[in-house]
Amino acid sequence: MTANERHQYVASGCATGGILSETGDVVPGQRIADLMAAMHERSNGLGGGFAGYGIYPEMADYYAFHVMYDRDDYRAEVERLLAAATFLVRSERVYTRATRGIGPAPEMWRYFLQVPPASLDGLDEQDYVVRLVMRINRELRGSWVVSCGKNMGVFKGVGYPEDIANFFRLEDYRGYQWIAHGRFPTNTVAWWGGAHPFSLLDWAIVHNGEISSYGINRRYVEMYGYNCTLRTDTEVLVYLVDLLIRRQKLPWRLLYAVLAPPFWEQIERMTQPGKRRLYTAVRQVYGSAMANGPFSLIIAHSGGMIGLADRAKLRPLVAARVGDVFLLASEESAIRCVAPAPDAIWSPKAGFPAEGVLRQREAAA
Amino acid sequence: MRNYLLPDFLVRAGDGCTGCGRCVRECSFHVLEMAGGRPKANHARCVACRRCVTFCPTGALRVLANDTAYRQNPYWPAWLRQDLMRQAQTGGMLLAGSGNDLPYSSLWDHLLLDASQVTNPSIDPLREPMEVITFLGRKPSELSVSVAEDGELCLDTEVPPQLRLELPIVFGAMSLGAVNLNVHRILAAAARDAGTLWNCGEGGLHEELYEYGENTIVQVASGRFGVHTRYLEQAAAIEIKMGQGAKPGIGGHLPGEKVTSDIASTRMIPEGADALSPAPHHDIYSIEDLAQLIGALKQATHDSKPIGVKIAAVHHVAAIASGAVRAGADFLTIDGFRGGTGAAPKVIRNHVGIPIELALAAVDDRLRQEGIRNQVTLIASGGIRCSADMVKAVALGADAVAIGTAALVSLGCTLCQACHTGRCAWGITTQEASLSARQDVAEGTERLANLLHAWDAELKEMLGALGINAVESLRGNRERLRALGVDAEALSILGVQTAGRE
Repeated sequence: MTANERHQYVASGCATGGILSETGDVVPGQRIADLMAAMHERSNGLGGGFAGYGIYPEMADYYAFHVMYDRDDYRAEVERLLAAATFLVRSERVYTRATRGIGPAPEMWRYFLQVPPASLDGLDEQDYVVRLVMRINRELRGSWVVSCGKNMGVFKGVGYPEDIANFFRLEDYRGYQWIAHGRFPTNTVAWWGGAHPFSLLDWAIVHNGEISSYGINRRYVEMYGYNCTLRTDTEVLVYLVDLLIRRQKLPWRLLYAVLAPPFWEQIERMTQPGKRRLYTAVRQVYGSAMANGPFSLIIAHSGGMIGLADRAKLRPLVAARVGDVFLLASEESAIRCVAPAPDAIWSPKAGFPAEGVLRQREAAA
Repeated sequence: MRNYLLPDFLVRAGDGCTGCGRCVRECSFHVLEMAGGRPKANHARCVACRRCVTFCPTGALRVLANDTAYRQNPYWPAWLRQDLMRQAQTGGMLLAGSGNDLPYSSLWDHLLLDASQVTNPSIDPLREPMEVITFLGRKPSELSVSVAEDGELCLDTEVPPQLRLELPIVFGAMSLGAVNLNVHRILAAAARDAGTLWNCGEGGLHEELYEYGENTIVQVASGRFGVHTRYLEQAAAIEIKMGQGAKPGIGGHLPGEKVTSDIASTRMIPEGADALSPAPHHDIYSIEDLAQLIGALKQATHDSKPIGVKIAAVHHVAAIASGAVRAGADFLTIDGFRGGTGAAPKVIRNHVGIPIELALAAVDDRLRQEGIRNQVTLIASGGIRCSADMVKAVALGADAVAIGTAALVSLGCTLCQACHTGRCAWGITTQEASLSARQDVAEGTERLANLLHAWDAELKEMLGALGINAVESLRGNRERLRALGVDAEALSILGVQTAGRE
């Protein structure tokens, strides 16, 4: 990829959805596919994708690399690198089925691996994985790591979400949490790597909107060793979450204040001086990480998921609960399609999160 | 020696002239005198400052370019032939005021801004919040917080001193001597009105203006004029002046005739004595010496305020900037080759240094590559002419811009480039009391405050069009710029794609 191509990105419209069993019970892949199908008109067939958590319980101790190859003969180079840099225990093709509406697909492979402590050389294990992923995406021809977390995986491509679900045989996977995306990109460049979710380590994000601050967000995360190679603004959000939550260990509520900060007017109205000082500092220090522009997004990790909209709430987001199941979607109709009588259903306020938390992690394992 | 030089300009009084003599009184260059009830001109002295024309009550006066032809020859432009004759007649280095006036291409004029269409609603700044508050000061790379017993978050990181600017514009350094006390009064008052900073330059700060300390950046330059404890203490920030865009590598010379009693006492030198600013600081011969001076100033002010460094945009500006940041600079002013001056050798002004656009882009990139961009506030200066230049500078990576010439133009300056003569008819760069009095402090303050207000409104309008409601999302966001007619190498330095690229 040339330098110019690397800077290109595709803004998008889109449908988002997520389902979490907060008790860690199984949510069949078909259920998220049904939820997305209800929002068919929010996509245009140029991208759909899913992230499932808890889908590889028997391999939960291994990083699951989902890798997309533009051509099968690009695979050898990545596999050579993985074999040299990791302890690779299983390599397999991601099984798919021919599906009407899904055009020529890249080669999809799945690798389960561990990082040998001896390779770390003082580096944090997860930082090691991040570097490996960045290297593959940046340097190895036509090869894209679309997810690399443990006991989770991303399935995405060019097509309507329900067709992508069919293509990847999502009904065969059983997880406790799913997020999904249907894409309506605003230009015609559509490619498999550019579909949502975007994922790194345990994080996966789907996003409806446009990050008008992408140019500076990208340059900000580059300072910390993240390279944006997937030509879609959402990619940078994953790296921001990884940087701020995993590496800098900011509490979640400050992450929300970084991405969708309170207006100065609101900060000045805060009555506790300590709080005012804190939020002032957040804006001073993390201004380049603010996600400016209309967005609603779902951030998923193994411990739950969060829905967040921009500080002016220019994109839709609806949250609901049915028993122990937490749902997020762009539209209420989609939620009611899979949960006709929710116990609670609400629209999160601008800049305020809707959070679902996995209460019994062990139940998922 | 005979004079071969023809006048550059011709002054003509037309039919409407009533012979009131106003033009004669306004002209500080002694071009005009009354003869037979009409103004008579000694054209050779005219600098085309337009003072007489502006104040002619009947609009009868015109200043015209002397169109007496030279044989056309682009390689030997008329001004060059004139300069050669001038040097032949005087044997001296040619002096000039104001900024580089050669027609080097301006990259600002080859950069275009983006706007929202469909996928991102543009924002109407009259209806929606539009935030342009900017902070000057060193930022930590991350915050650390703890959770208190009541569940509230508690900030554990000590954030270094930050100065709040209501908009990303400060006034550039102009010394007392280069401009007069009235201009300093205007800059200080306008900065306070607008909630920003002015910079007193290297000639010290008049006692009278200490009340504006919260809005004042004071300079410590090679001459150390007017530097003492109270000077440092009353200021909001301190800037070490290492260079100036109009004359990189060159010191300054304020001739004795400009050193009036006010200037003498402010600079702490005898009245009438020449004030020489050496080209280098005599205690700074390398980067570690700069680090020592930054440290000394921080110590002297008990770490209570940001300490900055001003450098001229030269070929190695990125490496120098990186060194200055590592030496402890909390803010960095990069001054491009279009920056103004009260007086400089014309050959230096016109040929030394590089454009601020490229310097700024290179510095911002370099600091990011080194992971130290957050440690410093970047101020771009030297040829910021309008709010569009400012917006483009912010998009290239500046936290704020400094304006000097644009501010003076709002006070009447017409860029006649005669600053160094001390005869400024608009009362800006002169120390002669009768001329300085032409700058009315109240009116000048209003003019400057109006200028900032207008730029602020235009900035917000442009941000709204971009669909961005906080200026920090534009800062360094080169994705929102496109270039037209810029060569590939410059594009790669600017980090901007050509227009038409997605």
